[in-house]
Amino acid sequence: MSVDRRKFFKIAGLTALSLASKPAFEVFAEGVDPVDSTATIPPPTTQPTGPLTAHRWAMVIDIHKCMAEHGCTKCIAACHLEHNVPDFGNPKDEVKWIWKESFGHAFQEQENEHLHEEMKHQSVPVFCNHCDNPPCVRVCPTKATWKREDGIVMMDMHRCIGCRYCMAACPYGSRSFNWRDPRPFIKEINPKFPTRTRGVVEKCTFCVERLAQGMPPACVEACTAQAMTFGDLEDANSELRTALRERFSIRRKAALGTNPEIYYLV
Amino acid sequence: MLENALRGDKKYWGWIAFLLGVMFVGLLFYLHQLHYGLGVTGLGRDVTWGFYIAQFTFLVGVAASGVMVVLPYYLHNFKVFGKLTVLGEFLAIASVIMCMLFIFVDMGQPFRIANVFLHPTPHSLMFWDTVVIFGYLILNVIISRVTFSAERKGIAPPSWIKPIILLSIPWAFSIHTVTAFLYSGLAARPFWMTAILAPRFLASAFAAGPALLVLLCLVVRKVARYDVGREPLQKLAVIITYAMAINVFFILMELFTTIYSNIPEHLAHIKFLYLGLEGNTRLVPWMWASSILAVISLVLLINPRTRKNETVLAFACVVTFLSLWIEKGLALVIAGFIPSPLGVVPDYWPTIPEFLISMGVYAVGFLVVTVLYKIAISVRERLAA
Repeated sequence: MSVDRRKFFKIAGLTALSLASKPAFEVFAEGVDPVDSTATIPPPTTQPTGPLTAHRWAMVIDIHKCMAEHGCTKCIAACHLEHNVPDFGNPKDEVKWIWKESFGHAFQEQENEHLHEEMKHQSVPVFCNHCDNPPCVRVCPTKATWKREDGIVMMDMHRCIGCRYCMAACPYGSRSFNWRDPRPFIKEINPKFPTRTRGVVEKCTFCVERLAQGMPPACVEACTAQAMTFGDLEDANSELRTALRERFSIRRKAALGTNPEIYYLV
Repeated sequence: MLENALRGDKKYWGWIAFLLGVMFVGLLFYLHQLHYGLGVTGLGRDVTWGFYIAQFTFLVGVAASGVMVVLPYYLHNFKVFGKLTVLGEFLAIASVIMCMLFIFVDMGQPFRIANVFLHPTPHSLMFWDTVVIFGYLILNVIISRVTFSAERKGIAPPSWIKPIILLSIPWAFSIHTVTAFLYSGLAARPFWMTAILAPRFLASAFAAGPALLVLLCLVVRKVARYDVGREPLQKLAVIITYAMAINVFFILMELFTTIYSNIPEHLAHIKFLYLGLEGNTRLVPWMWASSILAVISLVLLINPRTRKNETVLAFACVVTFLSLWIEKGLALVIAGFIPSPLGVVPDYWPTIPEFLISMGVYAVGFLVVTVLYKIAISVRERLAA
């Protein structure tokens, strides 16, 4: 199964990107083999050495560090710039990979009248949870979305038929559909990443194209508060696992059995 | 046989021209949608399925309801439905064609639709829905063609068709069950995630479909002077009565479980439908209309005196059909998305292009019904003469 997917992805990715630039081409060609082990993230300044790999990618978000930066949107700006996410300026057509949601919306079951003041008025970054048991993958009729061996829930915009069943199935609202041609609404086109056509679904991919080049996800790199920790969940010594050991964490709608892999430290 | 559809009076051609006109308008707006994207509809990031998928869901029911004439006729040798069976099958064919078109116009990338077969995905209910609906179309085309050809030649249908007819009976149930599973298997949408959704779908289908069939038979009697007789319509009326009563009972069960258990995420959708949520009362008048129509329908259908009066029965069928169309062809799909899983209350209402494209699809369905019924009636009139 995974070999098929991998093979498919190589072909689909290469075909799709034949019009895009060479760096993107190389990214998709080499970024598909999650080999082994230690996922230490190099600081943004170091030169990338090889692809970043893991057994199970996951992320920890320190809600307090994030909330301390009132109104900060650096992660969103970095992600949307990196991935050519359009800005339509209206909620109906909206496409978003990462955004800030009020604590009450992000964690409905945790909301109460006497919530911590900070939580009551602040928002938290939300995006694809890269579930271990992703409902979107289960429902997709064409395998246009699938889970990689390293846990990343991928999306092939070239196979997607635009039925939007995945959007109905996602309990987190993490998926966006191109209700119209997004290209005129991209402020600044990043030639290293493909733009999309109308009629397909898209979402966060944990920056697979950056991981393949040895770089952490754009949001993680952009977060100056260092509220986001990205790493291998199966590496007991990783910074990620240390944070989960030492602090209390919650996940969005974990009761649904999706096993989301974004952990929020409270 | 098709030549029968090419002979008709002025009224017949006027009706055909009207349908072609509606189809043409729908096609123009569809080309606009194809060029601009699905943004021409009222759909958006939060309400991602709407009028198209709701019509699809409703019409799968109408298609499945063909079994309500096929089953008594073939399984119980209920001769009264003899004249009706092929009309039921033709209605099923037209409905399935409309279902497929509604799915097609809802696709963001319609020209990639073959991917469903190029990359078959057994863990997706949408894959199975496509399979059973295609299968149902093929079964009905084969069955109606073979049995009707035999009737035309005045011979008994070949014996090999019998097992195919028997297969079509559970198959009809399967199309609506799998369509319900599209919805009821989603943990993200509490409104649909109910084990009773498939039974509800079947109950409402077996009321709405036969109600439409009764109305079509009455229209045919009036405009084509072809009478299926009083008795089959009365038998259909009994089927509609039971199905409608069961459907209303099922809805009350849903309301009890949701309201008494008081789980906010489940309750919110019911509030949205019947009371409005955060100022969004979009569907409230529709839902109350549907409820009132359901009560009128049951009163007229259960009372034998009103049911046996054909004029009242016709009215009861219109009322039943409208009540169920609001419930399933409008509210069921939209309410699943409002509120969103994050608790946001979005708004949705079909736009004019979306509505006209839908009307275009309905016109295709009516054209298919008209042509097939015309053929059936012409052949039978010649046989009788």
